[in-house]
Amino acid sequence: MALSLDEVRRIAHLARIEITPAEAADVRAKLESIFELVGRMRAVDTTGIVPMSHAQDLVLPLREDRVAETDRHARYQQGAPAVEDGLYLVPKVIE
Amino acid sequence: MSPPMITAPLTELSQALAAKRLSSVELVEGLLARIDRGNGRLNAFLTIDRERALDAARSADVQRSRGTAGPLTGIPIAHKDVLMTEGLKTTCGSRMLEKFIAPYSAFVVEQLASGGMVLMGKTNMDEFAMGSSNENSFFGPVTNPWNADYVAGGSSGGSAAAVAARLVPAATGTDTGGSIRQPAALSGVCGIKPTYGVCSRYGLVAFASSLDTPGVFGQTAADCAMLLTAMAGHDARDSTSLDRPGEDYARDIDAAVTSKPLAGLRIGLPREYAGEGTDAAVARAIETALAEFRRLGAVTVDISLPNVHLSVPVYYVIASAEASSNLSRFDGVRYGHRAASYSDLDDMYCKTRAEGFGAEVKRRILVGTYVLSHGYYDAYYLKAQQVRRLIADDFRRAYDDCDLIVGPTSPTAAFRLGEKSDDPVKMYLNDIFTIAGNLTGAPAMSIPCGFDERGLPIGLQIQGDHFAEARILNAAHRFQQVTDWHRRVPPEFAA
Repeated sequence: MALSLDEVRRIAHLARIEITPAEAADVRAKLESIFELVGRMRAVDTTGIVPMSHAQDLVLPLREDRVAETDRHARYQQGAPAVEDGLYLVPKVIE
Repeated sequence: MSPPMITAPLTELSQALAAKRLSSVELVEGLLARIDRGNGRLNAFLTIDRERALDAARSADVQRSRGTAGPLTGIPIAHKDVLMTEGLKTTCGSRMLEKFIAPYSAFVVEQLASGGMVLMGKTNMDEFAMGSSNENSFFGPVTNPWNADYVAGGSSGGSAAAVAARLVPAATGTDTGGSIRQPAALSGVCGIKPTYGVCSRYGLVAFASSLDTPGVFGQTAADCAMLLTAMAGHDARDSTSLDRPGEDYARDIDAAVTSKPLAGLRIGLPREYAGEGTDAAVARAIETALAEFRRLGAVTVDISLPNVHLSVPVYYVIASAEASSNLSRFDGVRYGHRAASYSDLDDMYCKTRAEGFGAEVKRRILVGTYVLSHGYYDAYYLKAQQVRRLIADDFRRAYDDCDLIVGPTSPTAAFRLGEKSDDPVKMYLNDIFTIAGNLTGAPAMSIPCGFDERGLPIGLQIQGDHFAEARILNAAHRFQQVTDWHRRVPPEFAA
């Protein structure tokens, strides 16, 4: 399958991964080879086949509506890059 | 006890501890010394938890003296670095989580700890479990215990190599497309992936949620059975964890030995596994092993899995799609790496993820993003799920005619470091025999069954239908009672 460099850049932006102009050609070549492999399944006739989304035919279980979690807020935030007053800091998004 | 005792299989260590011929402290100290000597060569461990391991060993010995010890009390284990271990670094082999300390433990980690096992450290792996050679680790590849120029397999390469080199008697792994079985084969140990849902995924950093399965490595099938019995169980925190009665996976192994212990067992040989890409030495080793199974009473029957050749393409759609969704959480906000400089929020995401992820992880996220993007969903993700059903149906039909399916775990023994690292598709095809087990969710294991002409181990894969773990383990155990491949130790680590 042929992918254009513009398509590679579009996918990379959707995935929020910066790709430098120097990397783009190699990324494109490798993605094309992967899509060539993946393409082998596209010719199979799957008319009427129910998609298998999961390894077990499970009905999602319901649990009792009660508090099960303890407050581990502070603990979880220990690994965050930037925190203040219990909030995660990010660059300004509203001027 | 003389020093070699500490490298014995887990079941023997368990007996030695129970008989007080060995203390847990002696065992842990001895193995920490082996890790110190061996890890420079292997790069199998990313973190060694020395002090806490010794503390746990001391408590285990106290429990032993009070008569409250269980069969696994005081026995060391290592966990793959994708399983959360409270208070201990959990990197997933990624720069993204290079300094991440887990705030809680995975269910399987808790289960083994409550069984009394001593956590020795965390093992190296392909980044976020994506890879078949361990070369995708940010912390460098694991080298094969049998030859330093070769890969140990992946993604659970560190766990496989650590058990093969007898640095620990047991290690956990996770298997999404073969990540326990393939490194077990390439490093020369046993590894089992149980039925999907038997071991909770709680605290397993997600790669492809419909395929990810925790499992174990050990020297023998009996060791794996004992470990799996302790790890399994229902856990409400994973909505796909199965609520079914607990099983003793060693129940058949413990049955009395007869001359034909596998009488009546039908082993299916898929026509489609023959030939194509399988190395001659691997094919010969499998033939020899099958002759052994027949001597043990099993019969072999030809079966057909007409869609199994589509496993690899289907897998790279489903696994990549799920990965692109799961790994979106790594955005530089809540945990892990954040880029040092950026212009705005969007740029922070893009730079953080460009810096934090390695090339293979990025490729899979890109493939997954593409197949889930507007206008492509039906042609890729939905199509892959339909073909997944066809593959699962093939196996269902096959199990009408056989009880287990046997063949090679991997088409070749270990390959050289760097040999396939620049060709993702060539690397992906390495998992041709293991991936179907993840798509169907059925259990499978790899056991050592010989060596190639370079002296590298060869793995035999035994697959079974859902919940056939005990049958698989028993067949493997009976094979191991009459062969000694699993007892071979890499020469560099024999002393």
